Amino acid sequence: MQQSTPAPMPLAAVPLAAALLAGLSLAPLPAAAASLTIATVNNPDMLVMQKLSPEFTKETGINLNWVVLPENTLRQRVTTDIATKSGTFDIVTIGTFEVPQWGKNSWLSPIGDLGAAYDMNDIFASVRAGLSYKGALYAVPFYAESSMLYYRKDLFQAAGLTMPDQPTYDEIAKFADKLTDPSKGVYGMCLRGLPGWGENMAFLTTLVNTFGGEWFNMKWEPQLTSPAWQKAITFYVDLMKKDGPPNATSNGFTENLALFSTGKCGMWIDATVAAGYLYDPSKSKVAADVAVAPAPIEVTPHGAHWLWSWALGIPETTHHLADAKKFLTWATSKSYIELVGKTNGWVAVPPGTRESTYKNPDYLKAAPFAPLVEKMILSADPEHPTLNPVPYTGVQFVGIPEFQGIGTTVGQDIAAALAGQTSVAQALAKAQASTKRTMTEAGYLQ
Amino acid sequence: MSASVSIANRAVAPADLLSRSRRRVAWTLLSPAVIVLALWAFVPLIMTLLYSFQRYNLLYPERRGFVGFRNYGYLLSESSFWTAIINTIVMVVAVLVATIVLGVLFSLLLNQNFKGRAVARLMVIAPFFVLPPVAALIWKNLLFDPLYGLIGWLLKLVGLPAVAWFTHFPMIALIIIVAWEWTPFATLILLTALQSLDPEQLEAARMDGAKSVNRVIYIVLPHLARPIAITIMMESIFLLSIFAEILTTTAGGPGDATTTLTYLIYIRALLDFNIGSASAAGVLAIILANIVAFFLMRAVARNLEA
Amino acid sequence: MRDQRASLPGAALAWIVAFLMFFPILWMLMTAFKTEAGAIANPPLIIFRPVLESFAAALSQSGYVLFAENSIVISLVSTVLAIAIAFPAAYSMAFQPGRRTQDMLVWMLSTKMLPPVGVLVPIYIIARDTGLLDTRTALVIVDMLMNLPIVVWMLFSFFRDIPKDILEAAQMDGAGPRRQMIYLLLPLASPGIASAALLAIILSWNEAFWSINLTASHAGTLAAYIARYSAPEGLFWAKLSAASVLAVAPILIFGSLAQRRLVRGLTAGAVK
Repeated sequence: MQQSTPAPMPLAAVPLAAALLAGLSLAPLPAAAASLTIATVNNPDMLVMQKLSPEFTKETGINLNWVVLPENTLRQRVTTDIATKSGTFDIVTIGTFEVPQWGKNSWLSPIGDLGAAYDMNDIFASVRAGLSYKGALYAVPFYAESSMLYYRKDLFQAAGLTMPDQPTYDEIAKFADKLTDPSKGVYGMCLRGLPGWGENMAFLTTLVNTFGGEWFNMKWEPQLTSPAWQKAITFYVDLMKKDGPPNATSNGFTENLALFSTGKCGMWIDATVAAGYLYDPSKSKVAADVAVAPAPIEVTPHGAHWLWSWALGIPETTHHLADAKKFLTWATSKSYIELVGKTNGWVAVPPGTRESTYKNPDYLKAAPFAPLVEKMILSADPEHPTLNPVPYTGVQFVGIPEFQGIGTTVGQDIAAALAGQTSVAQALAKAQASTKRTMTEAGYLQ
Repeated sequence: MSASVSIANRAVAPADLLSRSRRRVAWTLLSPAVIVLALWAFVPLIMTLLYSFQRYNLLYPERRGFVGFRNYGYLLSESSFWTAIINTIVMVVAVLVATIVLGVLFSLLLNQNFKGRAVARLMVIAPFFVLPPVAALIWKNLLFDPLYGLIGWLLKLVGLPAVAWFTHFPMIALIIIVAWEWTPFATLILLTALQSLDPEQLEAARMDGAKSVNRVIYIVLPHLARPIAITIMMESIFLLSIFAEILTTTAGGPGDATTTLTYLIYIRALLDFNIGSASAAGVLAIILANIVAFFLMRAVARNLEA
Repeated sequence: MRDQRASLPGAALAWIVAFLMFFPILWMLMTAFKTEAGAIANPPLIIFRPVLESFAAALSQSGYVLFAENSIVISLVSTVLAIAIAFPAAYSMAFQPGRRTQDMLVWMLSTKMLPPVGVLVPIYIIARDTGLLDTRTALVIVDMLMNLPIVVWMLFSFFRDIPKDILEAAQMDGAGPRRQMIYLLLPLASPGIASAALLAIILSWNEAFWSINLTASHAGTLAAYIARYSAPEGLFWAKLSAASVLAVAPILIFGSLAQRRLVRGLTAGAVK
């Protein structure tokens, strides 16, 4: 049969080419002078650190290899590596949730003394406490945050409202009703609704705390059907249904940030790090009208605002302990903060870690919200997050490994209530049952 | 270049000798694929099976031990497990139906001869090139979002209220996204198959006065029967493991409305770090997939041989 | 033989479909040229002044070139390997079917039934113990194994479309399987092989789970690159769009070139 076909490659050439290419792919990488592999989160402060890291290499001759991932993926990636003792990373970015647990498992090298110039006592005590286990520090904080209330001065003025020095949730609900105006595209209250232990449950845990509730009593029995929980979650669902944006169950921190900065929210309770963005006129439409207030309380001030810190830790499988410590020292030192202030502007300085930052006049000028943030961070107490005594630490989470799964499942159940699929009572009953199962299976309950 | 064939003087071998040597040849050709896949399948599978009978949580390395079927029992008595199975089946079936129907339509349209059809083809295939999490984010934020999305804006233009897709219709939204991603796959396979359809047959039928609809039903579709069967088999395997899109849009919620079996495994493995339970769920997922494959093969087997 | 020119409504419908399918990508492309503020504007901006700042942000500091290079090498090598292994297997199953052929096909597909997330820990440990963590080799192997069943199935399907008599005639003339495969099957099935290869390359290109979990700073692919821009704190739609455009561009270009191969295969004709 006659065909005009392209000349077929002799079959033997194919595996040959493959072998060649495979050989290329196996080519050894150029031997580096001392180098560190760092796993980090992809938030703006870390990206700034990455951009400035050539300074570190200049000073010390140590190269840095970066692995940058979103928070949840990073946590999983790093946990898998560390738990299997695979030693891929020399420095890991972890948070106040895992540091105490990993310290307990001896997965991290204790930090120890970093020298007098470092001035460890300059770092806020509450933050240091959140990153220690049995008194030993296992990671140095890169930045820290709490939560607070953002609101629109102009909308408040127009509605004839004033924000008290310490608002309560009852007052907030009333404010939200007055501010909501869907015809103008303004929703009185924006809050997280996206399911996740670190998403909606971070906020909701603080809400439950300040309504007087807790996750577990001293016997580790889940308390999700207690009156405090019922009241808090009913409050949340009613408030969001009346005064919240549509699609709230898909809104996490980022979506709410977008909503507030484009003028769609009257109020928003969330991380203090949003302030840098919201106050920046090049990024936020409401920069001139935004103001901050302490996170609202209800029955008790305990646990009403959270404490979170991203910190740098060193897996104990590392072969470059001294070099890694050098980097940790550099990245969290006073001089680093100065460096960021000079090159990126003072408003971009990593917040929440050092007292000296909050005494720095340049910083205070660039960040008018800083004093409130400092107050929030200092008063967040992971050791006593609730009205009643509890067997766990952590303000917006419970510092046990099972919490990631529990928090996410409960977050999903509450999202179902918010979406109107179930009632609050049903959602909480379901959450209680599944949490009890998990705690039993994990051995906390008999 | 014409096929170069050497004319060797060979007596015709007796039937069974030929078939035995043929079988040996067949096996030699097959063996690399089989061996390689077997290693890949068995080693992790055995390890997974072993883990599924253990209590193994990454975060509690010191607490390991054999616990028999406890992980399985725990999973099977969990209501979210059965919901996950139902969600998985609903999603897979819906996406399969959508992609095959659209795939047939699109491939017929793109098989026509019109100017710039290569460009049109690329445009239709393009969604398949986009990374799943990115595709999901595009749909979630740029299209579905009731406040910022294009669809909400269009609805407002015609006076309809914006729809909070992921709150009230999460499964439908998910199905739309996944179908958008996978229709190109079906289209590509069916389009290539259409190209081996003899145009003369169609031409003859047209000249005989057959309407175009009938031409499609009686000539084209039977020709496409096998590629459709193959597409169904392959797509369902992929769809069973869909995960990134759920993670980026609904995180399995609200409630467990969009939690599929794969997502459940993810929660167990990478949130709880409960490897024992995740492995058990994985084994159950394989069993489910095998059952699905069994029924599918029953349905499409004839088409494979035809 | 020439296809008839398509009717006008037929062609119009085809273009409408193409536009609808492509639209989300077009939207993403447009967003890549907006500022972050512009990306979340409501009503959505259709007319705007394009800026390059999002692309600049997506390219700075991120090692895009390394990721792109890895993606290209890994997807090409794994696809070539997959085709090299699948080709004879598909030949054998299509033209010398036995009683076991169907079972074999289903078994191959079943190797893909275990969701990767369920085998993360075993594979991670194996990769660690063989020293393959954070190497391109590991991803080449994994991608090849993941795509092999698909490639086998696709080749099998296209081979079945080829009339057996051609090969049997060659067999009669004394051509062994090797000759048949190289000189007959390869040209005859080239559109099918091209489709299978294209599919495998795309699947490998988009493979994110192993790319992220088995790599650190050296062997990551564009899927890991994209992960950087997903959901950081702060707005990111424009940057993510820019990053996605950069991630999709190479393969889109490749796909358009491969398209022509498909079309050429058509005109070369595989019909009796």
